[in-house]
Amino acid sequence: MGQKRQIRVGSQWLYPDEAQKALSEALRVMKEEGHEGEHHQGFISKYIFSTDHKWIGVQYGFTALCFLMFGFTLMLLMRWQLAFPSKPIPGFIAQFLSDANAPGGIMLPEFYNQLGAMHGTIMVFLGIVPLAVGAFGNYLVPLQIGAPDMAFPKLNMASYWLYAIGGVLMLFSFTLPGGAANSGWTSYPPLSIIATQGQNMWLLGMVFLITSSLLGSVNFIVTIIQLRAKGMTFMRMPFFVWAQLVTSFLLLLAFPPLEAAAVMQFMDRVMDTSFFMPSGLVISGRVLEIAGGGNPLLWQHLFWFLAHPEVYVLILPAMGIVAEVIANNTRKPLWGYRSLVFATIFLGFMSFVVWAHHMFLTGMGTVINAFFQTTTMIISIPSVIILTALIISLWGGSIRFNTPMLFALAFLPMFGIGGLTGLPLGLAAADIHLHDTYYVIGHFHYVVAPGTIFAMFAGIYYWFPKVTGKMLNEKLGKLHFVGSIIFINGVFFPMFIQGLAGVSRRLYDGGAQYAHAQPVLHWNLFMSVSAWLLLAAQLPFIVNFFWSIFKGARATSNPWQATTLEWAATTSPPLAHGNFAEMPVVHRGPYEYSVPGYETRDFLPQHESGEGQPPAVVTPAVLPLGA
Amino acid sequence: MELEIPYTVRPRPDTGLYNGKLGIWLFLASEVMLFGALFSSLVLLRSSAPDWPKGADILNVPLATLNTFVLIASSVTVVLAWANLRLGDFKWGRIWLGVTLACGFGFMIIKAIEYGTKFSHQQFPGTNNFFATYYMMTGLHGLHVIGGMIVFAYLIGPGAKMWKEKPNQYTNRVEITGLYWHFVDLVWIFLFPILYLL
Amino acid sequence: MSDHAASHEALEHHDEDHSGHNSPEAIHAEKRKYLIIFFVLAVLTVVTVAVSRMHLPHAMAIGVGLLIATVKASLVAAFFMHLITERKLVFTVLAITVVFFAVLLWGPWHHVYEAEEHSKKVGAISTETPQQPAAQPAHH
Repeated sequence: MGQKRQIRVGSQWLYPDEAQKALSEALRVMKEEGHEGEHHQGFISKYIFSTDHKWIGVQYGFTALCFLMFGFTLMLLMRWQLAFPSKPIPGFIAQFLSDANAPGGIMLPEFYNQLGAMHGTIMVFLGIVPLAVGAFGNYLVPLQIGAPDMAFPKLNMASYWLYAIGGVLMLFSFTLPGGAANSGWTSYPPLSIIATQGQNMWLLGMVFLITSSLLGSVNFIVTIIQLRAKGMTFMRMPFFVWAQLVTSFLLLLAFPPLEAAAVMQFMDRVMDTSFFMPSGLVISGRVLEIAGGGNPLLWQHLFWFLAHPEVYVLILPAMGIVAEVIANNTRKPLWGYRSLVFATIFLGFMSFVVWAHHMFLTGMGTVINAFFQTTTMIISIPSVIILTALIISLWGGSIRFNTPMLFALAFLPMFGIGGLTGLPLGLAAADIHLHDTYYVIGHFHYVVAPGTIFAMFAGIYYWFPKVTGKMLNEKLGKLHFVGSIIFINGVFFPMFIQGLAGVSRRLYDGGAQYAHAQPVLHWNLFMSVSAWLLLAAQLPFIVNFFWSIFKGARATSNPWQATTLEWAATTSPPLAHGNFAEMPVVHRGPYEYSVPGYETRDFLPQHESGEGQPPAVVTPAVLPLGA
Repeated sequence: MELEIPYTVRPRPDTGLYNGKLGIWLFLASEVMLFGALFSSLVLLRSSAPDWPKGADILNVPLATLNTFVLIASSVTVVLAWANLRLGDFKWGRIWLGVTLACGFGFMIIKAIEYGTKFSHQQFPGTNNFFATYYMMTGLHGLHVIGGMIVFAYLIGPGAKMWKEKPNQYTNRVEITGLYWHFVDLVWIFLFPILYLL
Repeated sequence: MSDHAASHEALEHHDEDHSGHNSPEAIHAEKRKYLIIFFVLAVLTVVTVAVSRMHLPHAMAIGVGLLIATVKASLVAAFFMHLITERKLVFTVLAITVVFFAVLLWGPWHHVYEAEEHSKKVGAISTETPQQPAAQPAHH
């Protein structure tokens, strides 16, 4: 099968039969709508207040990547303080910091606390979830199920703008007197109640973000249940869609208690209520003039009721992405699709009943401790099933080591380390020693950083051609990968060592004043240097990303020879209006690779009616994948 | 851009639901969790408090009882509105929607009187946790009532244009808003005894 | 799939899963049902206020109050919200929600309850957040 010539139609490059389909669709629409004139849509309604899930996905993606970078820089600043406690920050950076935060370039503890609280908040709520769910989810789910858009396009637009406003509020808080929120991303009272103004902005920002998430989750669930194309049964959906479905249920049911709690904390701060404030509090020698009778543990319960399912929100879309990339680059079906699906559903359910493992040291008593310890151990089972299924999926595969696959492969052991290190934390007795130490920070960062973020990178390299019609450069991609995997381990692995030695978290001098920390203090410098090198390792990616948008090699519609609908049934980028020239009908499961007896290709797309039929979108048999 | 989304009006055969109906039930599920957190807080604070006043001693039970009737009545009127719309009777559909909205106004006015009386007796959210939870729960509930009222006002006013071109979609919107409104009534059905009578 | 904007859209197409339920007679019967339910709800409201005046022992008062409220709520849900004829999917979502709701109500309360029981047992002064030493022999 030779390569047919592509022709330019508007802003896209299409093969002739694609162009013909697009043209007949355009003629049909024009006839229906009864006008031959240009379908003119203003810039504002097309790009700012778009209701097209693809553009909204791009908006989410771009915004989230900016927030991820910002959250990353906050951490880089923190790591200076940890490596060189109370030494002045280099001038070229210190010039941007105000005297209120770092007089003479020396970081104040109050500023360190702001960096810590906002790093966590921004990475989780403004970075990863919007990227994993808002960007990847929004863009891909309707395409992968064969839908023209999300069920509620206007609501989708509202979700994005609520997120954007929430993000702006969070950023704005840095400019307030007293700076941004500084009571940890967990905002525990009583500290958070007496904290500076930035905490109010945090609470307000959270209300916007939570509302955005709630509306988004309704949209996703209705879309997946109601708008699947003909033949797209639940068990033929790509695993990515299942991951997004369960994730949306987690967001739907777990976020509201935090919204309620945020309002209650706001009332405690602003209206002097005492939901979370116990009686008899003395602060700086003065008895607090409040009614009292409240309970700080109430906040902890309500917060963690969300925040635990939240971590599964962080990991499930990542697992979905890794599954897609693995199936495609092993040229064989995923192993254990049904197990993956049921494990994910079970995981979602269990995630609601493990939250108090974050509270083992709050004096809950043996009954509750035992209950949550047991559920936490049980929840590791579906996680292991999912990881095992993904690993077994590699067996016997014809593996292509392109950049997305490298990141997806790296995800497996990295998530493995993250998951395994979680086990002692889930056991109440071991947690006594490890709670609130660097061990915890190491554990969750392994899952989120070389775990989820690597999966996000895999997704970006994988779906970039679909979104932009261009390929990312493979050499730069591999460079990005090698630098990232080395230095990210350099940042986080020593945290286990420090944590086991007993070094507490959230210490602005990195433990320097504690005797038990002295033997492991030298790791601080090592981790900080690794972090700054990790920043350097991202430069090839950033350059690659922007350069390839404009000058990247042109991608065909299905450069990875994939089977799922977003690749095989539409162009790159997808046709703007309604996604598909004609609504696809699905005939088989999502991973029909290396189908026995199928001679011409090693994959059979979901929507094709059978072997021998010409594919709806032409893909060459052998494709040079980038440089 | 008007893109045709399937199953906006007619139900999808295998699920038997149209999009908006599934959407509102999902939203109501999240609202159950929202108010659940509030009830959970109340249970925790009240059960661990050394003393906690009886609602009936401090709060205005007669006014709240009246409010309960008002809200239940409004639940009936909204479902009557929907029934009339299904019969094709826009006039009476709109009238019943108006009565529902009026009931909502009535509820909020009575609530304002309640709050106002308390404020004049120096009973604020910060006074003690009884009042904190009272204001918190009735306040959030009240905001939900206002939210519903805004939607009803829209459906009676500018939103009513839809009846001419797409009566079924309009009827669906009334049904969906009605479901939300019933939920708001449901929450009050629990709030009333728990806060005022126990 | 697409609903064309005709001004006389036949309302029979509206609820395909309620075929027969859309006839004028059926809808009028529904209206009557709504009014009956309203009456029942009004009566139950009066009952719940009356019972509260009886000053039952605390636990019983809570039980009866919640029971009546649950009955009222069930009537609203079943008939006004049409849950009684609703699809299994909606029930499933609600059932899962109710489970999580119950867990959310139980968890924080039990924590404080057990902490108080413990502090009473060890004779500590009762506060909202009693200290529990790490190496404690298991009891309960």
